[in-house]
Amino acid sequence: MSERHKIDARGAFCPGPLMELIAKLKLIEIGDEIEVWSTDKGTAADVPEWCKKVGHDCVSVDQEDDHWRVVVRKMK
Amino acid sequence: MTKQVLIVGGGLAGTIVANGLCRQLGNQLRNNEVAITMLGATETHMYQPGLLYVPFGRIRESELFRDQRKVLDRRVTFHIDPAANIDVEGNQVTTESGRTYGYDYLVIATGSRIRPDTIPGMEEGAHWFYDLNGARKMRDALAEFEGGKIVVNVNAPHKCPVAPLEITFMLRDHLTDRGLWDKTEITYTYPIGRLHALEPVAQWTQPEFDKAGINYETFFNTKEVDPAAKTITSEEGSTLPYDMLVTIPPHHGAQVITDSDLGAGGWVPTERESLLREGSTNVFVVGDTTNIPISKAGSTAHFEADTIIDNVASLVTEGRWARNYDGKVFCFVETGMNAGTYVWFNYTTPPNPGPPSQMIHWFKLAYNRLYWLSARGLL
Repeated sequence: MSERHKIDARGAFCPGPLMELIAKLKLIEIGDEIEVWSTDKGTAADVPEWCKKVGHDCVSVDQEDDHWRVVVRKMK
Repeated sequence: MTKQVLIVGGGLAGTIVANGLCRQLGNQLRNNEVAITMLGATETHMYQPGLLYVPFGRIRESELFRDQRKVLDRRVTFHIDPAANIDVEGNQVTTESGRTYGYDYLVIATGSRIRPDTIPGMEEGAHWFYDLNGARKMRDALAEFEGGKIVVNVNAPHKCPVAPLEITFMLRDHLTDRGLWDKTEITYTYPIGRLHALEPVAQWTQPEFDKAGINYETFFNTKEVDPAAKTITSEEGSTLPYDMLVTIPPHHGAQVITDSDLGAGGWVPTERESLLREGSTNVFVVGDTTNIPISKAGSTAHFEADTIIDNVASLVTEGRWARNYDGKVFCFVETGMNAGTYVWFNYTTPPNPGPPSQMIHWFKLAYNRLYWLSARGLL
């Protein structure tokens, strides 16, 4: 049974949402998902770009009221 | 009944908390209304940021260490007996020697550690300066370096997020002074799509690298190192040759955190403003140990510790909460051997580093000694 983990990186300037995502991916099982909340507008572009390069699945990118919500599935 | 404050971990964060509590709870300590106990791992306290200077011979190893008992307020009961299990339901900690300590308030300050062993070939093929043995080996390798390709490789997660830039600029100055810069090619790799996690720092760094002739590759997360072929390969599919590989290895939290089932990777899920462990009302987490998405740095530990001191002291003496942590971080950034700048930010204020100056570099050098006042809770 796959799990969904959450990273609330709203207002996190350093190390930032993508670095947190990369670190967290090392700790979860293949098939698990991570939901990242971010107020950094670059996240909506950076996360899908990185997932494409490295082979993880960027499941969704949604803009909420004051933040972006990005879901990534670990594929390898 | 004496209230027991137990601090697990004797690094900077735990030490500031212990000393700060002694300053705020002097009367209560004198009247045996409160007792402060620390469980540490070693009898010495190391100034970790000083490791940056070791490869260049710019600090004496003796300057890095103090006797932990002399750094701690004498009213702290200090045991060199690391925690083996932390039972937050039973409010007790069992140590490696088998002793058990109960507590009314627990402060988890177990820190982080480098894990080069988690990447194939990294231990055999790379140098680093994030521990003393690594810094010594890097110093020796640098002394024998006569030019060639250097890769400065950054991995996630890591503490002291400006140190990778500092070591790169210091390598440039060091090799220039030795007349080797024309024979050297440095490539800096970074896990995300810019040169530093902090966007303003990344924007400042790129033209500085361009001016210095330092190459860079972003979106580089290390998959493996081949020590025989002297290559490093990323998850993204890039392979770089090197003559000397300087890495900032990925970090994990302490094993006791994982063993106690308090958090994957050794990072404890922590509320970002109260600094309480998620689900606990008497367990605080400080410094690198938290899973808060914030810089793992000495200044973070310091500002978090100040908040915890106020809250534990207020809870003990007045039974009420004092204040929340605002996410403050302050970092010096050495931009070479003779210049530096600084950056600060919190949860609501973005960073805005100023232009480097020799004055700030001198202040950083002064802080290398003032640190001991910070650890004692005096600065």
